[in-house]
Amino acid sequence: MTNINTNDLIKGWDRNKIASKIANDLPHSSYVNLGIGMPELVSQYIKEDREIIYHSENGLLGMGPSPNENEIDLDLINAGKKPVTILPGGSFCHHADSFSMIRGGHIDYCVLGAMEISVTGDLANWSTGKGIPAVGGAMDLVAGAKNVFVMTQHLTKEGKPKLVQKCSLPLTGTGVVSRIYSDYAVLDITDEGFKVIQLNENITIEYLQSVTDGNVYQ
Amino acid sequence: MQINKIKKDMTEILSDVFDGATIMVGGFGEAGSPIELLHGLIDKGTKDLTIIANNSGNGRVGLGALIGQKQVKKVICSFARSAKGVTFPELYNKGEIELEVVPQGTLAERIRAAGSGIPGFYTATGVGTPLAEGKEEKIFNGKKYILEEALKADFAFVKAETADRYGNLTYNKTARNFNPIMCMAADRSLVQVKNILEPGEINPEHVITPGIFVQSLINIENPIIETNAIEEGMTYP
Repeated sequence: MTNINTNDLIKGWDRNKIASKIANDLPHSSYVNLGIGMPELVSQYIKEDREIIYHSENGLLGMGPSPNENEIDLDLINAGKKPVTILPGGSFCHHADSFSMIRGGHIDYCVLGAMEISVTGDLANWSTGKGIPAVGGAMDLVAGAKNVFVMTQHLTKEGKPKLVQKCSLPLTGTGVVSRIYSDYAVLDITDEGFKVIQLNENITIEYLQSVTDGNVYQ
Repeated sequence: MQINKIKKDMTEILSDVFDGATIMVGGFGEAGSPIELLHGLIDKGTKDLTIIANNSGNGRVGLGALIGQKQVKKVICSFARSAKGVTFPELYNKGEIELEVVPQGTLAERIRAAGSGIPGFYTATGVGTPLAEGKEEKIFNGKKYILEEALKADFAFVKAETADRYGNLTYNKTARNFNPIMCMAADRSLVQVKNILEPGEINPEHVITPGIFVQSLINIENPIIETNAIEEGMTYP
């Protein structure tokens, strides 16, 4: 690994393109929890050929899009505490039932952001080790969801690899990540390392390896 | 004589709350947060409280105000870094308030367990993370789990939508969140409710919290809306 000059970085897929790739991989009729922030974009790219049911951990199954300004109800919010809507066929439940959906393995897919992902599927995404520690539902989601997808930039703002041999930040879970969608590639976690499922058209496997701290193979 | 859990005013409903009490506070952010009960506690001046809640308050209203008045010594919650949080960060950064971080689902399950007579349970949540430190581990079917203990409280402060005098409750949308399980886990559940109906007027099929889990009710017809209050610069007291 050499130090990477952020000016030399190749531009990868933008976040909308990454979101559309994830949306393509979510099967019809799956129950999905989208993390706060970038993963929320995924719902905008679900194709007409399928129906996905969204879960929000604060007790909402069948979450719909943001309301119009005049339809905002502050008792109807998502896990990010933003006003949302409920779709026909949706339901409310209390927090223990909502987390039973997660912890009991009923959520098919969750999509989360990441600070670091290790070659063995460890995830660090809740704490930089500084400031007020706050975990929310991240540890429950990674431990309980059937498939954990990570949506992330391949490198940190400082140009350091986020895909690493071993995480240095406090962990959210160990061996939990199934698949990584970065701006450079879609990768599965396997016993041999990061397996490239799809490579950005502007990027070579050699370049991908040079910006990844851990074995990459096709 | 008829059962009637409805109290006449804030002084009466809060009369048993004591210094050093552990209080569960319902709500997820502002949805379902019992702001008026918390303001009642500020008026009463009860101190050295341990608060169990998902968050640690916004602005200087409700839980944020109670913390700002230095009536809370410890917060047990999943997410104490709210965008509009003011008072908790102030005290935390000065080392004047304790924090126990609990994953949100583990928090909910510890509360549910307490209300159901389950002293502890094993969970995969948190295994291998800093939040597993010091916790007993056990392998089931080749997978590692950690032991989490039930979380009880002396009181639950709860916000509901509709009640009858028996304490049967319904909630409004995602304002339900932690409120029903907190009613189950506390020795005494104190509930502020917007509407009070006659027994039988709530369809029994629609009751979310059966009255056995509720001790006291107070009618707050027009509760403060936290977002608006903060935007208007409200502070309490």
